[in-house]
Amino acid sequence: MKQLLILSGKGGTGKTTIASAFIKLSDAKAYADCDVDAPNLHLITDQEVVPERSDYYALPKAVIDPNLCINCDLCRQSCRFDAIYVDQVYKVDSFACEGCAVCELVCPSDAITMEPTVAGELALYKNQGKVFSTAHLKMGEGTSGLLVTEVKKQMAAEVKDVEMAIIDGSPGIGCPVIASLSGVDMVLVVAEPSISGISDMERIVKTASRFGTKTAICVNKYDTNLENTRKIEEYCKEKGLALVGKIPFDPEAVKAINSGNTIVDVDCPSGRAAAEVYEKTVKILLDEDRELVL
Amino acid sequence: MKIAVLSGKGGTGKTLVSVNLAAAAKNSTYIDCDVEEPNGHLFFKPTDVVEEDVTVKIPEVDNELCNGCKKCVEFCRFNALAYTRDKLIVFDDICHSCGGCMMVCPVDALTEIDKSIGKVQMGKSEGVHVYTGILNPGQPSGIPIIQRLLEEGKSAEEDVILIDSPPGSACTVMETIKDTDYCILVAEPTVFGVHNLNMVYELVKLFNKPFGVVLNKSLEGENPAEQFCIERNINILGKIPFDNHLGTLNSNAEIAVRKSEKYKELFTTLLDTVKKEVHHETTINP
Repeated sequence: MKQLLILSGKGGTGKTTIASAFIKLSDAKAYADCDVDAPNLHLITDQEVVPERSDYYALPKAVIDPNLCINCDLCRQSCRFDAIYVDQVYKVDSFACEGCAVCELVCPSDAITMEPTVAGELALYKNQGKVFSTAHLKMGEGTSGLLVTEVKKQMAAEVKDVEMAIIDGSPGIGCPVIASLSGVDMVLVVAEPSISGISDMERIVKTASRFGTKTAICVNKYDTNLENTRKIEEYCKEKGLALVGKIPFDPEAVKAINSGNTIVDVDCPSGRAAAEVYEKTVKILLDEDRELVL
Repeated sequence: MKIAVLSGKGGTGKTLVSVNLAAAAKNSTYIDCDVEEPNGHLFFKPTDVVEEDVTVKIPEVDNELCNGCKKCVEFCRFNALAYTRDKLIVFDDICHSCGGCMMVCPVDALTEIDKSIGKVQMGKSEGVHVYTGILNPGQPSGIPIIQRLLEEGKSAEEDVILIDSPPGSACTVMETIKDTDYCILVAEPTVFGVHNLNMVYELVKLFNKPFGVVLNKSLEGENPAEQFCIERNINILGKIPFDNHLGTLNSNAEIAVRKSEKYKELFTTLLDTVKKEVHHETTINP
């Protein structure tokens, strides 16, 4: 199974819009939403079935038993995350706790235990041979990378003999993005022709290159700033990155998404351009020999 | 007053709103906490920039002293240590810097060294103090950089401090809003926008932060984000129209307030509204 990951660096450039179009065009048998902080893919890939839901447990977090605590303050002094505070008794701020267990180690009276906490929820949709894996992280939680790994595992465990999987990623370049990059065959970066978008694109390309993943670029809403689009084209040429297409700004796209459709469900300029981007992307994804030098 | 600008979804206009509010305030501080993809500095183009490295502590092993007991490997909850071929290896990218491995080592073979994960930059753009945090590509967590930025921001003398937050509602966002007086949620009129607005809405409620919504990219007719606010009785602070001129200014990293009278007026009005809200909150909730 070849895995295509769609990323952007900057948020709101159109990752999910492109991912949903690709899912439709390829009649995808396996796809996943790795943007566990703000998942949206389920909103436009209409799911008729009830998903299998399961709790996601992050690392166990510290809990202090006030009956055993002798107020020695060692835990508070040893915690690097300022997660222990005193409010009449010693308490743990579970949002700040990273689960390192140093407090449990230093506690002389065995008052601290590490207890499992639910940090999010995974959902797996199975319908007529198609598998869609998604999840959402509980607010303020910090282990999105691990959850991303679980989303991908959950999808891979369900499918056999599938040629291609499409994965919608999250914005940024941090832990969820790094977790989503591991093991994928190709990254498609959806860039936006703005100074901010270019800066973010360069940072995500750098991040992906650390994993040696082959990377292609498409420009969304390219006609909103032709000068910046030209800069992206030059950047691709300079870095030897494949530019797999340019998608125009299209009011029909917003209408389609807002009514729960993908941009290839209706006949519109952005949908037609996305179909071309899809053809080129798949060619690169399935081409074993193609190595892109960064 | 410390004001955080957030949105669940990326690309809704956090930087647009926070940069322009900071510019409208004239004497203000702007702190870019989106350290994975910082963009505010591209708009402000600050001068007299001072740069500082941000480091975290990671363990370093002295393999001469290590006796191979593997206590550190067993202790590390993050699997950042491994013992193979008679050698202890540290995977510093996944180390959380908790210091536990050093504590359990019976032969003091582990010490801590500084590892750079990024930097903070401080500069000036007209009357605005600009603080930027930049995470090095490949590094998983920008939290230490955000903490450093907010610490630096504490010395700010200006009355108005705008904090540009990362997207989402995870740990990074929480860190950003912890000590703020007020939150501005920026929403766009799409179903994605509303779904993610709901997430940050839950977050600010959980942290008991006073907040209001700015509707960006507003068009005539139906606006699902506006509908969401009306149904929940959420204060709408203002609307920014969907406008090609603004789009072009923004995509060229120009500050609309400094380039257009119309937007100077819009953001100055918005700033006044926010200021009133903050004062109101501090009066009823001191």
